[in-house]
Amino acid sequence: MVVFTFAPTFSAWKTKARLALQQELSPQDVFWKEESSIDTFPDLFLGEESSEKQPAASAKTFRVPREFLTLGDVVACHRDPSRWDLLYRLVWRINHGEPHLLDHTPDPDVHDLLLKERAVSRDVHKMRAFIRFREVATDDGMWHVAWFEPQHHIVARNAPFFVERFASIKWSILTPDACAHWDRKELRISPGTTRDQAPAADAAEELWKTYYRAFFNPARLKPSMMRKEMSPYYWNNLPEAMLIPTLLAEAAGRTATMVAASQAKRTPELVESTPIRLPTKGDWPALKEAAESCRACPLWKNATCTVFGEGPLHARVLVVGEQPGDQEDLAGRPFVGPAGQLFDRALQTAGVPRDHLYVTNAVKHFKWTPQGKRRLHQKPTSREIAACRPWLTAEIDHVKPKLLVCLGSTAVHSVVGNGIKVTQDRGQTLPTEFGIPALIPVHPSSLLRQPDRSREAADFAAFVADLAKIQDFLSK
Amino acid sequence: MDLSRKLAILADAAKYDASCASSGTTRRDSRDGKGLGSTTGSGICHSYTPDGRCVSLLKLLLTNYCIYDCLYCINRRSSNVPRARFTVDEVVRLTIDFYRRNYIEGLFLSSGIIRTPEYTMEQVIAVAKKLRTEHHFRGYIHLKTIPEASVDLIAEAGRWADRVSINIELPTSVDLERLAPQKNFSAIDGAMGRIRQRIDAAKDEAQFKAPPFAPAGQSTQMIVGATPATDADILSQASSLYQRHRLKRVYYSAFSPIPDASSHLPLVAPPLVREHRLYQADWLLRFYGFEQKELVDPQSPLLDLGVDPKLAWALKNRHLFPVDLNKAPRALLLRVPGLGVRMVDRLVTARRWQALRIQDLARLRVSIKKVGPFVETTDHNPRHYGLDDDNLRARFAPPPEQLSLFTDSAPEASVYSGEL
Ligand code: SF4
Ligand code: SF4
Repeated sequence: MVVFTFAPTFSAWKTKARLALQQELSPQDVFWKEESSIDTFPDLFLGEESSEKQPAASAKTFRVPREFLTLGDVVACHRDPSRWDLLYRLVWRINHGEPHLLDHTPDPDVHDLLLKERAVSRDVHKMRAFIRFREVATDDGMWHVAWFEPQHHIVARNAPFFVERFASIKWSILTPDACAHWDRKELRISPGTTRDQAPAADAAEELWKTYYRAFFNPARLKPSMMRKEMSPYYWNNLPEAMLIPTLLAEAAGRTATMVAASQAKRTPELVESTPIRLPTKGDWPALKEAAESCRACPLWKNATCTVFGEGPLHARVLVVGEQPGDQEDLAGRPFVGPAGQLFDRALQTAGVPRDHLYVTNAVKHFKWTPQGKRRLHQKPTSREIAACRPWLTAEIDHVKPKLLVCLGSTAVHSVVGNGIKVTQDRGQTLPTEFGIPALIPVHPSSLLRQPDRSREAADFAAFVADLAKIQDFLSK
Repeated sequence: MDLSRKLAILADAAKYDASCASSGTTRRDSRDGKGLGSTTGSGICHSYTPDGRCVSLLKLLLTNYCIYDCLYCINRRSSNVPRARFTVDEVVRLTIDFYRRNYIEGLFLSSGIIRTPEYTMEQVIAVAKKLRTEHHFRGYIHLKTIPEASVDLIAEAGRWADRVSINIELPTSVDLERLAPQKNFSAIDGAMGRIRQRIDAAKDEAQFKAPPFAPAGQSTQMIVGATPATDADILSQASSLYQRHRLKRVYYSAFSPIPDASSHLPLVAPPLVREHRLYQADWLLRFYGFEQKELVDPQSPLLDLGVDPKLAWALKNRHLFPVDLNKAPRALLLRVPGLGVRMVDRLVTARRWQALRIQDLARLRVSIKKVGPFVETTDHNPRHYGLDDDNLRARFAPPPEQLSLFTDSAPEASVYSGEL
């Protein structure tokens, strides 16, 4: 094992990698040791050296595709310490009989390289997007200062972008890894710092938040899309992100008010509730679509959308939950919130494949009352359960499962009927009017509500044991 | 009225315009130390709101007073919303202040029609001119132009702006007559044609140092779901605009309930899935070599809401499948559901050196569930994945993830904001 110590930059690594190749050291025989882990000056400031130069007399030259140099330069910024091993493995293989290695994208090493490249590039892009400068008066005039926490070592790599954009402004970007400073003449990189060195919020930020609030259209909620593009990882340092919880919580109400206001104007008698009109023919999508505009009970008014069931349409097992929760309401899909996740975990433990199940709820709209900024789950009334039951019945008719699973009293109420006590009958299989037996395990959300931590494991195990019966059934 | 209140009103009034791209313009920077800003060619989304839309440009109306009465519009004369008007300097200052703090890529300015179309256009242009000439602003500017404004004014708008746009608003002239009585379909179309000529001319003469004209081209927006127009109507209008006026983008905007909506309009949740399917279809037409009649036709003029349009097409044309992953030409691979442009290009390169197996796809994070029925390799038989099953479609509906078609082709950009 030969240890190579080097400053963690691509060019320093290249020099050492060349030595290693010259000595015919295979990847297992090399150990890459970073000199220090702070962001150091990138190649940009040290001058580029290419692998072709370096005319050591005895030295053999090594060729790598240009693409490798481009990718390597990016991947060197990745935070994963194993990136140097990866890069060396790749140059080694390229020089030992696989000159076209980089073209073979499914290769695990190449794939890893590309994933890392994408992660760094994305972080670079997000830094350009999410830096938020605040103004600070100093002896040296006004400075724009931003605090940022990049995922990778990209400060030095990204600094020239900010020079191009803000050449006429004096600015500093502070991060835990490294800081970049521009005084309108020169770019300087200094060691990382801490958040308390960065300025606090200022008044001008309020205008930005005003804009953000006004720009948001509550009638078209799509928070998952927002989270995908603006990962909560960055929210800490985005002044506008603190508005998100409130905007989300108010959205349903704002839209409802807007619609109700116009509705009041046009057809006052309209739509407190109108009975369900099931599509007379057509398939499951038609059913789902019809449910989207259901007004059979007042619950639609304060919910974001109808949360219809989903899963294989010929599932042998159909799972009925109580009603969508906060997250299901926003996502428009059942069983994605905390209770759904717990359910997934329990299924996994019980060895039941989740994708074999059709999942839905007894009531298709989220019933809630506001509590501060949160929307608190409320139990649907018998009336609401009854109003919504035709949807469930239609789903059962379509899927024609061989087993129903009822999670929670509302589900039991809807499927099996009134007067069943979940606590008494749990673990049992009961007959239903559909001619399909219904299994009654404990409901996952009652586990979530379990105040007694010590009983958590036991309850979870009991839940798993109940669910294992599904597996027994499936394998029959 | 203070600035903050105006901002709230005039940003709220502007948000129904779907366009937000800040890409595709010439590269500029401010290394000379005099100006402010840069453009790199690819846009940057500086934030996202919980509706999933990106905030790239400061999108404002100069004023939401309007003498027109377009029924779908929150700013129409008969609407009962609070009104406000910015001065030219206020917009300039907001843009500069926001830009310096790195909140935005630039400005997207539009306006309700006040006094006359000419006057309104002059005001909008004044903002852009001031930004460019007095503040040496090098960021992105998108100006909404008013079709009735004179040729000279449109020429000037294009001189300061990176992109100009005129909204076609509705897919057919009948729709427009009904909902926007003061607007005129052929006037809109004519203005777009004149803009295209200018853009082309500026490109041709670029070598002679002619002043630039809207280097990022023109775009438009169509409202979906406010009228009975079908997807076929919408897509054929879009194709025609792409072809005749070389638009960079057509934006589809699901008609969404607005405060104080007109009673002629449907009062339902915005048809977001439909909007999404239209964007997907639009992508297929522009980047995947599809023809409109393959996606919608007079017999079935609506896109399938349950599955994406490529999958819907593949399900109807199963006789063309499976395609051999190792032999099929690129154009055919592009038609495989679940394979995006980028993935196809990678596969085409990779297979030159080594035969592809189905696990290779899995490693590249392609959904085997989706691709499985449509491709074949030596170690994979599509029949086992249900290529011939009658209920194959049912396996895909409901869609597990709305954006699955494009996640590998446009990673950085949403369907909504993205450009390839
Ligand atoms: S709860 Fe059920 S019945 Fe009531 S509106 Fe929702 S879907 Fe319709
Ligand atoms: S012209 Fe029509 S669309 Fe434009 S602001 Fe006025 S009312 Fe709205």
